[in-house]
Amino acid sequence: MGMPISIHVRSADVDSSTVARAVEEAFDIVREADRLFSTYQHNSEVSRIRRSELEPAQADPLVGQVITVCQQAGELTERAFTDHLPDDDGVLRFDPTGLVKGWAADRAASRLAGLQGASYCLNAGGDVVVGGAAVEDGSGPESIWRVGIEDPRDRSRIAEVVELHHGGVATSGTAARGAHLYNPATGTFVDRSGSITVVGPSLMWADIWATALFVGPASLINRFSEFADGYRVIRQ
Amino acid sequence: MRRIVFAILSTITTVVLLFSYHTSTNVASAASRTVAQLPATPAAPVSPGSASQPRSSTKSGSSAGTSSPANYTGAAANTRWGTVQVRITVQGGKISASQAVQYPQGTSRDAQINGSALPILNQEAVQQQSASIDTVSGATVTSGGYLQSLQSAIDQAHL
Repeated sequence: MGMPISIHVRSADVDSSTVARAVEEAFDIVREADRLFSTYQHNSEVSRIRRSELEPAQADPLVGQVITVCQQAGELTERAFTDHLPDDDGVLRFDPTGLVKGWAADRAASRLAGLQGASYCLNAGGDVVVGGAAVEDGSGPESIWRVGIEDPRDRSRIAEVVELHHGGVATSGTAARGAHLYNPATGTFVDRSGSITVVGPSLMWADIWATALFVGPASLINRFSEFADGYRVIRQ
Repeated sequence: MRRIVFAILSTITTVVLLFSYHTSTNVASAASRTVAQLPATPAAPVSPGSASQPRSSTKSGSSAGTSSPANYTGAAANTRWGTVQVRITVQGGKISASQAVQYPQGTSRDAQINGSALPILNQEAVQQQSASIDTVSGATVTSGGYLQSLQSAIDQAHL
């Protein structure tokens, strides 16, 4: 299965080659991440690391960058975030997938941020990052993106709407894929209803915190309040 | 006010399916829960577009909407369960209906999946479009073919 990623650009001139090139380059960034990090592509660097065919230190610098962020995320969330997940046989293996999506989306979005007079919205499988140059010239209504937060109990409904000019919106829950979120503290997959959405400047960190708060202990919210400056939580 | 602003803008939508994700521990559940990602602008040009591939770009113009319904059929998408193809009906710039025109019918599991997944997809396509939102944040979507096919139909409609 793949993950759908869509990009929307609003501009008076979306037909221009400048916009087309930026969108294409944004997708190139995501494709590059897929090529390096996919656990489904046999020859991706992460797949090779998982088979111990490649030392992380010898991998692409971007892989090293992600490993560093994974370590930071583990420390900040008191290990509620983990980059070691059970494979099909239940063996814990290096798997930064949960973080790479937001990381790649933020990277792709930064390419779109350079477009003059345009605002953008990138949706990566339900996690959203928006922004754009239009913010700089007076925050007109065209730069506001209305992000609907899905109701996890009735996915045909929108539970709440978040309006933002710039930043990320990430939601973690079990509604779309069943019990797939892993709790490293118990070694089990979390199977409870509801969802947690985090809104903040970086989609990657919003996503890390959304997952950590969903799988972690209730007390983790104190850690979030202390360290996740500029981020807020929406519970459904 | 918002619509006036939209009328002088345009939207480019590009969809790509990447990042192979872990399947759920419950395959039937993963297959039956599907969310539709709808494109941004509720502006309303609905003249039938030429067929496009799911991964190609589509651009919407700024012409006014029309009230006569038009049908758009998405490109067939190959899923692990078989081929899925979705048709949407657009009226006045909004999706008024969506239906699967091609879907796996081989096994009892197919019947089970289709019995729950396709109505959910149809309902969501209509309800999310009618809400005044640009995009949806929710639990990670991996619905692959279902969405790919619906999205390509939407792209054709230049919603």
